[in-house]
Amino acid sequence: MANVKIKVISRNPDEYLRATKRDIHKIPRNYDPSLHPLEAPREYVRALNAVKLERVFAKPFIGSLDGHRDGVSCMAKHPKRLAVLASGAFDGEIRLWDLAARKCTRNYVAHEGCVRAICYLPSGDKFTSVGDDKTIKTWKSQVVTEEDEEPVNTLLSSCVVTGVTHHRQRPIFATCGEHCQLWESTRNEPIKVFKWGVDSLHYVAFNQVENNILAACASDRSIILYDSRESGPLRKVVMELRSNALAWNPMEAFIFTVANEDYNLYSFDMRRLKEPVHVHMDHTSAVIDVDYAPTGREFVAGSYDKTVRIFQSERGHSRDVYHTKRMQRLTCVKWSLDNKYILTGSDEMNIRMWKAKASEKLGVLKPRERTALNYSEALKEKFASHPQVKRIARHRHVPKHVLNAQKEIRTIREKNKRKEANRHAHSKPGTIPRVSEREKHIVKEDV
Amino acid sequence: MKVKEKQPKRYFVTSDDTSAQKTKHKKKFNKQNVTKNKFTSRKEKNTQKTKNNEDVEVYDVKITPKMYHAQRSQDKKPIRQKPNFKRKKPQNFPGKAPLNPKKLEEYSRGERFQGRGVKNPLHNLKLKKKDRKIHYAEKQAARAEILLTEDQGGIEIEDEDYKTLAITQKVIADNVDIAAAAKIFELNLEFGPYRAKYSRNGRHLLLGSRKGHLAGFDWVTKKLHFEINVMESIHDISWLHVETMVAAAQKEWLYIYDNKGIELHCVKRIDKVLRMEFLPYHFLLACVSEYGFLTWLDISIGEIAGHYNNRLGRTLSMTHNPYNATLCLGDSKGVVSLWAPTVKEPLAKILCHKAPVTAISVNKNGMYMATSGVDRSMKIWDIRKLDGPLQHYMLRSAPVDLEFSQKNMLAVGLGDIVEIYDNCCTRTAEKPYMRHKMAKTVNNFKFCPYEDVLGIGTNRGFTSIIIPGSGEPNFDAYESNPFQTRSQRKEAEVKALLEKIPAELITLNPFEVTEVDVPSMRETLEAKKKLLHVKPKRVDLRPRNKNKGKNRITRQKIIKETARKEQVQQVKEAQGILKGSEQQKKPNQPSFGVLNRFVSNPKSNK
Repeated sequence: MANVKIKVISRNPDEYLRATKRDIHKIPRNYDPSLHPLEAPREYVRALNAVKLERVFAKPFIGSLDGHRDGVSCMAKHPKRLAVLASGAFDGEIRLWDLAARKCTRNYVAHEGCVRAICYLPSGDKFTSVGDDKTIKTWKSQVVTEEDEEPVNTLLSSCVVTGVTHHRQRPIFATCGEHCQLWESTRNEPIKVFKWGVDSLHYVAFNQVENNILAACASDRSIILYDSRESGPLRKVVMELRSNALAWNPMEAFIFTVANEDYNLYSFDMRRLKEPVHVHMDHTSAVIDVDYAPTGREFVAGSYDKTVRIFQSERGHSRDVYHTKRMQRLTCVKWSLDNKYILTGSDEMNIRMWKAKASEKLGVLKPRERTALNYSEALKEKFASHPQVKRIARHRHVPKHVLNAQKEIRTIREKNKRKEANRHAHSKPGTIPRVSEREKHIVKEDV
Repeated sequence: MKVKEKQPKRYFVTSDDTSAQKTKHKKKFNKQNVTKNKFTSRKEKNTQKTKNNEDVEVYDVKITPKMYHAQRSQDKKPIRQKPNFKRKKPQNFPGKAPLNPKKLEEYSRGERFQGRGVKNPLHNLKLKKKDRKIHYAEKQAARAEILLTEDQGGIEIEDEDYKTLAITQKVIADNVDIAAAAKIFELNLEFGPYRAKYSRNGRHLLLGSRKGHLAGFDWVTKKLHFEINVMESIHDISWLHVETMVAAAQKEWLYIYDNKGIELHCVKRIDKVLRMEFLPYHFLLACVSEYGFLTWLDISIGEIAGHYNNRLGRTLSMTHNPYNATLCLGDSKGVVSLWAPTVKEPLAKILCHKAPVTAISVNKNGMYMATSGVDRSMKIWDIRKLDGPLQHYMLRSAPVDLEFSQKNMLAVGLGDIVEIYDNCCTRTAEKPYMRHKMAKTVNNFKFCPYEDVLGIGTNRGFTSIIIPGSGEPNFDAYESNPFQTRSQRKEAEVKALLEKIPAELITLNPFEVTEVDVPSMRETLEAKKKLLHVKPKRVDLRPRNKNKGKNRITRQKIIKETARKEQVQQVKEAQGILKGSEQQKKPNQPSFGVLNRFVSNPKSNK
């Protein structure tokens, strides 16, 4: 008999079983592809499950802050503290909120009539409010003594004040009303007044990156850009309908987005106002307010159609829509500075807190949870354009009035498109110019 | 002619020559000397001639194109050299261990993205990034092989004349450890021909006999789960997704039992089943009946996913392709056809033998298919190509059964002998790797997954033999775990149910679901028609008759047709001229200006 060596698989169970019951199970792995057959269909099913689970867990509403005795007119984020929010109401009351505890920390009547706008100073220890009573009041954020309850500074404007915004670094702020006025906190008179035509302005916002630039929305349907260092306004663009609010992109200094009355939002490049960079559609009524996420990749818009929509800044249609039965017309929206929450103020006196990502789990994630989520994210991305996956990911339930309005808008749009196409088909080529969607809504640009 | 000075001209150097400039010149000068050494050899020759005469030297050099190129390439060299800013790697760590390209190919996920064909640079970049990640994953998977704990089995013989064929089970039992030797055993049972099947993790064994004996047990510990006699003939048996449920195809209907032998279901919708296969990822129990009906039963919801007649008649050779979960059926005409539940026609057909097919087997990664016919031949096919056999063997008798092991060994059952061939797909094996002779006829056999064991169901019981090197030594516990506990099994069952692949996804190419769906021209035209305002061009999608005018009769027809058309055209033209003359005769309508539309039209009066 020749010398034979025979080796056979013989596993020692001790090496494959856990030693005690408290121990974790031993999971030997082998990445050989022949042991993992049908990889593609299995991944597809996993992606389908992941996208279904995302929809199942999409519960964005966190809670509401009630206390105002009239509709919420404006809100302001604290620049340094995530849990602090100031809100003003149509009855002149200002409330400060502790968002973590969902409680009102302080409330007082600040103005006669409506509070038009609030803005925090960059240091965060004071905030300014403007109201219908033509006063600009500066308040302390923290109340230590009784004196602190009174305004630190009260300025009287000659005309109505409807908006306020603070410079990122210098101690100046801008208000709007009949004109755009630039104030310094130490002086009683505005240091600069910008005028252009006989328009009245209703919204003003400082650029937080290119921080001497500010933009305002005027009631004569125009958007005006100013430079705080210069004496006159820079340029303006007139649109078909009035813009209600404006937000600067915090990451791309030259981009701003306006919320328009014609149900759309427009992102402009401030160097080229001739046509917007993007048109964001989906709302079915006038858009009232807009605010950017701190990443600059997304923004939130609140509309008169009682819904909040989240847009990606480079996409034409919304990523998500939030609504509740009780929420009425939106008056103001804010995206929190940790990119996690959205705050909305509405007509029916409530401030609501939402998650920015509807299906995100709040709280600390365990490492295995995190990897599972990352894996399902990757799968969703891989199969995103698969019709079944896409259908589930895109599906949103909307209130009936929104659904009906959407249908109506769609038919109107189709009708216009068909008419346009027919006009082109039956007229001499070149006689009727083709106007792109972006150009349509711009009347003119003035320099 | 070329004139050169020995010293470079220094016309930009002023009298107060700084040291920096000096060094600069020196360098330049050196460089010239170094780089233009092509000239130096001739230069020296020439200089010797003319040195005495003048300070300025004249070189008599004729530049050939070859020289010119050589010099250019030399000129370029110092420019191309980039300064090496990187620090030299320390010698004690030479970097990652090199990967075996063959290993890398095993883990490969297809061709790499070359960057061609994508116009948008942004998308191109994204795809490149993705490709880099995929390649990294491939490499990591290949590297992870070092973590595998078990080695593959095998036989080593020092004497070269001695063949592995001569090694009997007794020799193996003497040479391996006691635990492994216990895997060689024999069960003498008296209820007629037995069929045996292992569970997916290779831990449990199911036996079913023609005379109704049904038994399930943990064959490693030899612990019996249940043993019953169903008092009916059993044609085939199968484990379901867990080892607590088994299916038995009995005389009339399909029955499902649990691991205590309690009847859970009697599926009367499926009758007279001859062969069964369980598709674990789809939760489908595929059955073929005596009358040629193929049925896929979704055992998770109890619904039938596909049921139709394959029109092949009675077939006893059935297997499934683990690569794409299609069924392979061999019929009495020697054709092997592939079937999916949603398509009522075979997905593919191969004429394998000119005699009835007796057995089929497909290897684990769906590359090779082995078929055998009554004509005693055995062929190996590349199942993805469906093209001519790779190997063609003639055997002593027609094989009863064929079976591929996890490491691509092929077991062939010939009467009362089981032969095992190693590496018989890519090259022709001259001799079997092993041979096992029994005094009983073989009914069927299965390789035990993750073990070097072949279980043979015979007419008088069950035999288990060891085939060294046939099984996969390292299992993946997330896929199938021989050491699974009860809680792990429960969890894995839930996970597997969540990831159940729908029956519609069974196709020849399992990666079809990840490929780009390119709409056909007909579909794009249909989509355009749906748009309200676009009028698409009318395109006749019927295939053209390419033989038009090729034969005599049609050519004559065409000539006649054209002649007729011409005549009709002439008649029409003539009529047009006549009409035109008539129209001209008509007096013009009197004009009433704007109110013209109220004047009655003579045409409408007709």
